[in-house]
Amino acid sequence: MAALLQVEGLKKHFPVSQGVLLSRLGKSVKAVDDVSFTVDEGETLGLVGESGCGKSTTGRCINRLLEPTAGAIHFAGADVGKLRTKQLKAYRRDVQFIFQDPYASLNPRMTFGEIMSEPLAIHGVGTRKERQERCKEMLEIVGLSPEHIHRYPHEFSGGQRQRVGIARALMLRPKMIVCDEPVSALDVSIQAQIINLLEDLQKEFGLTYLFIAHDLAVIRHICDRVAVMYLGKIVELGGWREVYNSPNHPYSQSLLSAAPVPDPEKQHQRTRIILHGDVPSPIDPPSGCRFHTRCPIAQLPICKDEEPPLRQVASGHRAACHFAKPFPIPPDLSCYVAPLGDV
Amino acid sequence: MGPSRQEDISDFTAEAGVLAGTVTGPARTLRGDALRRLKKNKLALAGLAWIIIVILIAVTADLWAPFWLGDPIEIDSSTMTERTLLSPSLDHPFGTDKLGRDVASRVVYGARVSLIVGVLAVAIMVVIGLLLGAIAAYYGGVWDALIMRTADVFFAFPYILFAIVLIALLGKGFQNVFIAIGILGWPSIARVFRSSILSVKSNEYVDAARAMGASTRRILIRHIMPNSVAPIIVYGTMSVGGAILAEAALSFLGMGVQPPSPSWGLMLSEARSFMLSAPWLMIYPGIAILTTVLAFVLLGDGLRDALDVKLKE
Repeated sequence: MAALLQVEGLKKHFPVSQGVLLSRLGKSVKAVDDVSFTVDEGETLGLVGESGCGKSTTGRCINRLLEPTAGAIHFAGADVGKLRTKQLKAYRRDVQFIFQDPYASLNPRMTFGEIMSEPLAIHGVGTRKERQERCKEMLEIVGLSPEHIHRYPHEFSGGQRQRVGIARALMLRPKMIVCDEPVSALDVSIQAQIINLLEDLQKEFGLTYLFIAHDLAVIRHICDRVAVMYLGKIVELGGWREVYNSPNHPYSQSLLSAAPVPDPEKQHQRTRIILHGDVPSPIDPPSGCRFHTRCPIAQLPICKDEEPPLRQVASGHRAACHFAKPFPIPPDLSCYVAPLGDV
Repeated sequence: MGPSRQEDISDFTAEAGVLAGTVTGPARTLRGDALRRLKKNKLALAGLAWIIIVILIAVTADLWAPFWLGDPIEIDSSTMTERTLLSPSLDHPFGTDKLGRDVASRVVYGARVSLIVGVLAVAIMVVIGLLLGAIAAYYGGVWDALIMRTADVFFAFPYILFAIVLIALLGKGFQNVFIAIGILGWPSIARVFRSSILSVKSNEYVDAARAMGASTRRILIRHIMPNSVAPIIVYGTMSVGGAILAEAALSFLGMGVQPPSPSWGLMLSEARSFMLSAPWLMIYPGIAILTTVLAFVLLGDGLRDALDVKLKE
């Protein structure tokens, strides 16, 4: 399959201003620092990592909601960074966005119909009446009732609003959707509904997802491939089964070991890799491997001096660690992976 | 690989169909909802009713006040002496002042002055405030610092003192009163509007509009403006009361509307020397100021609750 989206050396640095009177000291928050990956047509790539690792920033750069500091993004062969106003509009038609917070991502003064028909109006699709019809169809597709077209967001629950957020993203029949933590603001039972809806829609419309999340269970469920981010860099990238079954980077290992196991007894007994200290500041990231300050297997001086490249550890599976090696799954974690491993 | 990955959560999906039907009843509009909420607020309705009454009185004053009560300005010198400082009676429900003019008539005409000053002063401060607030919020950086620090300077001066200086510069007179009050009032409007735009701008629905390719114009008109003007409507309504009060204060100090024009503040000022011997001179314009200012504040308060879409009863 051809890569639909290709991200190469993406960087996004936010300058830190030191007040009005003092001049800027040239420091910046390196939210995303040299990230490369591809997303194939029809697949779902999961971007996972803890808060502040730059996963949302990456998503926003792809849609050019943020201008990347450096790097290239190619979508279906076109260089996204070089698009001018008109081409950018056309590009945004193909790449839609689903936001995290369904309470903030819908304009409280617009009805569901107005919210959903807005993308059509912006791109001049159909007449007012046709748009209305498509809104009604789409409301049904996402599991709401067509009568809700004249309703306002505040009359609905978070899950229902998120369905409208999804419907809005689908109105233009995009090729790809960037899902920025679309379920993390929802209750667990609602999360499942939304995830299933996203999966059904992917089959129906042949969508490609870039799925940003911090919940490993959600990622496991929906993604074909997973990219693990730490402090603005991808530390591990591979098929979900490979990454979940044999994480090669110590950060992925600790992340997986921290995920709750759906069995209280095993949850109690399992060994966890506990990381000490906080995530270092992205203003002054550690030298060499960014993880070396917290890494349980770090060896000086190489980890401190040399930045590990994202190297191949298995077919289609890469990790950025000098000592990358498959993590033996302890029996107590196997319940988390096993029901899926034999698929 | 599909089915088994689906298994563990498929139980929940049945709820989706149920959820779809939870909101029923006729379609509602935002304006209808706001009106409904306003109607429930008795105090705000009382304020609105009083404002409407005052407006009606002010507008129709020429039709009845001079004949029924007497001229508010002209002094009939032939009968003046026997008509000065009469206490309230059927002929003069609010009594007469030291020049024999009917106080009720002057209070009625004073409503004109107060309303015109209040509305025009607020109009001026809203126009300046919206413009500068929007520039500060939209362009940020140097403009923001410049405008907001200027606003701080305005805030740092005592209000009445500043107004007196301005009127001293502009000259006394009716129009300079509302110009001065309007010029002095913009910083609060600018501040409210700026922060309102900033908070709306950071909402995800603005990002969402950009992500779907909306133009800056569309984002401003469809998303930022409708969500940031509500505080201005509320603040503007309350400011009318403040402006009426400021006019009264300035007139009381002799820097506002000049005699013989009937202004509530001026009437209070004139009544000062007769506070004990002819208290009606002070009581009725005082009540007029109190009730009108209170009415605007109550209405503004009611509007704030009514315009909040997130507030559900």
